[in-house]
Amino acid sequence: MNDNDVVRDLTLDGNAVAGLLEEVFGADMTTADGECAHCGSANAVGALRAYTRAPGVVLRCPACGGVIARIVQTPRGTLVDLRGAAHLAMRR
Amino acid sequence: MSQKFVSRGFTGKRERAGGQGARVPPGQHLVSDFPVLSAGPTPRTDLARWTFTIDGLVTAPVSWSWADFQHLPVQDFVKDISCVTKWTKLDTRWRGVSVDTLFEHVELDPRAVALIASCDGGYTTNLLLSDALNGQAFVAYEYDGKPLAPEHGGPARLVVPHLYFWKSAKWVRGLRLVNKDAPGFWESLGYHIRGDPWKEQRYTDD
Amino acid sequence: MRRPLEWQIATVKAIAQETAQVKTITLVLPGWTAHRAGQHYDVRLTAADGYQAQRSYSIASPPERPGEVDLTVERIPDGEVSPYLHDVLVVGDAVEVRGPVGGYFVWEASSGGPLLLVAGGSGVVPLMAMLRHRAAAGAKVPARLLYSSRTLEDVIYRQELEALASRDGLEVFHTLTRGQPKGWTGYARRIDQPMLAEVSGPLGTAALAFICGPTALVETTASALVQLGLAQERVRTERFGPTGT
Repeated sequence: MNDNDVVRDLTLDGNAVAGLLEEVFGADMTTADGECAHCGSANAVGALRAYTRAPGVVLRCPACGGVIARIVQTPRGTLVDLRGAAHLAMRR
Repeated sequence: MSQKFVSRGFTGKRERAGGQGARVPPGQHLVSDFPVLSAGPTPRTDLARWTFTIDGLVTAPVSWSWADFQHLPVQDFVKDISCVTKWTKLDTRWRGVSVDTLFEHVELDPRAVALIASCDGGYTTNLLLSDALNGQAFVAYEYDGKPLAPEHGGPARLVVPHLYFWKSAKWVRGLRLVNKDAPGFWESLGYHIRGDPWKEQRYTDD
Repeated sequence: MRRPLEWQIATVKAIAQETAQVKTITLVLPGWTAHRAGQHYDVRLTAADGYQAQRSYSIASPPERPGEVDLTVERIPDGEVSPYLHDVLVVGDAVEVRGPVGGYFVWEASSGGPLLLVAGGSGVVPLMAMLRHRAAAGAKVPARLLYSSRTLEDVIYRQELEALASRDGLEVFHTLTRGQPKGWTGYARRIDQPMLAEVSGPLGTAALAFICGPTALVETTASALVQLGLAQERVRTERFGPTGT
């Protein structure tokens, strides 16, 4: 592995935070379809880029890199920022 | 149930403070490696196109090229750093340009009370001027005697060692002076507006 | 409607060494529910002073084994959870887990095929759950696995893959990127588009693809398969790496 691989491997995808998302939303979210509010591209949440080695979890659009969702858990609760998601469509 | 559960033999990747306990802020543990945290992909900025800009509430904005930045007076810093994810690393060795030196090149508007650091990749963080001046903050481009690695924020990162390390913005490209201390990327989602590790200011209402 | 996701205390039933850096841990779960091949369990470790570390691991076993799951774990030398699971955990220990989680990177016999699986390193784990499920469910969909490892010694589940491939419509292709034994007739380079064209060709462009491995392998493979004519929505990817808090 070269240094570039190490850096690239900090990139995960929505599958890696399936448990957190289910805890927050009460349902599996990896199969939900999300539309990026920045560029309009549509992707399943499982296919979003995930950054988990940070003060919170950041989900980014695989097409434009824009932030779609941020989740922070504190001792007093969970904060969710979905400003980057134009919509989320959950399957029944 | 989960509150009381203990994993037999698990201590985590943590080191005992030994005789250095007085240097470790509350709730923190020591590490000897340098963990990499990131909220996005690691940007690769061509140094030929890199600039560093101070703008906002200044009489005239100023911008340096990478080559110009290398000619600014440089200082060595040995600092302890603390990340809000609870690790502390002692005696980290940096080389860079203090924010005081950078501000010698601009005339601050008297209304300026704070700054927003902006970065490649879109990250931002806020600082009161009172936390940025008097030798408290610097823009580093060497770590441990070598050019700062991209995963640690290279080519240059802001370092504000007396605050939690999310304030030490990686891939920093500019400081904008503002008249209000407005929250940056993590400060706007539950993290403390200032983040003093000795006061354990981790989250908004700490 | 499934029950809410809750942490439960599993018990280690067995630990098997797969390769020098990879072990399979069999957990008995008091609140077992049937998973779908490709899903994960979250593992949470808690120190006596309350310090916690959490990671997500793919399930290796098929859902046709009630009451227990296998998690196959690669030891990451500078990691926090995998060294504990490798070096400290013994049979009889208790482990806090929650799951199964995730529904995106999932294959069930009813999902059909033909099935194209591409793995790098321990990225083979969720794909192995799919192949084991395929065998246990008696599914006959044609399936091909392209599996990239550094050396032959790093190949996980090697004998079981050989046994599975000797039956019913599964073919396994190995590529060894760091070193090959004498007389090696398989691939000996990183996965690229010509290799993918050879392996996926007989399955046609209607194949359903699952790719799991390091980011570089996943991105190379996914874009190559789309260029080869597979529909984007039938190419599912999962990047592995150091996850969690």
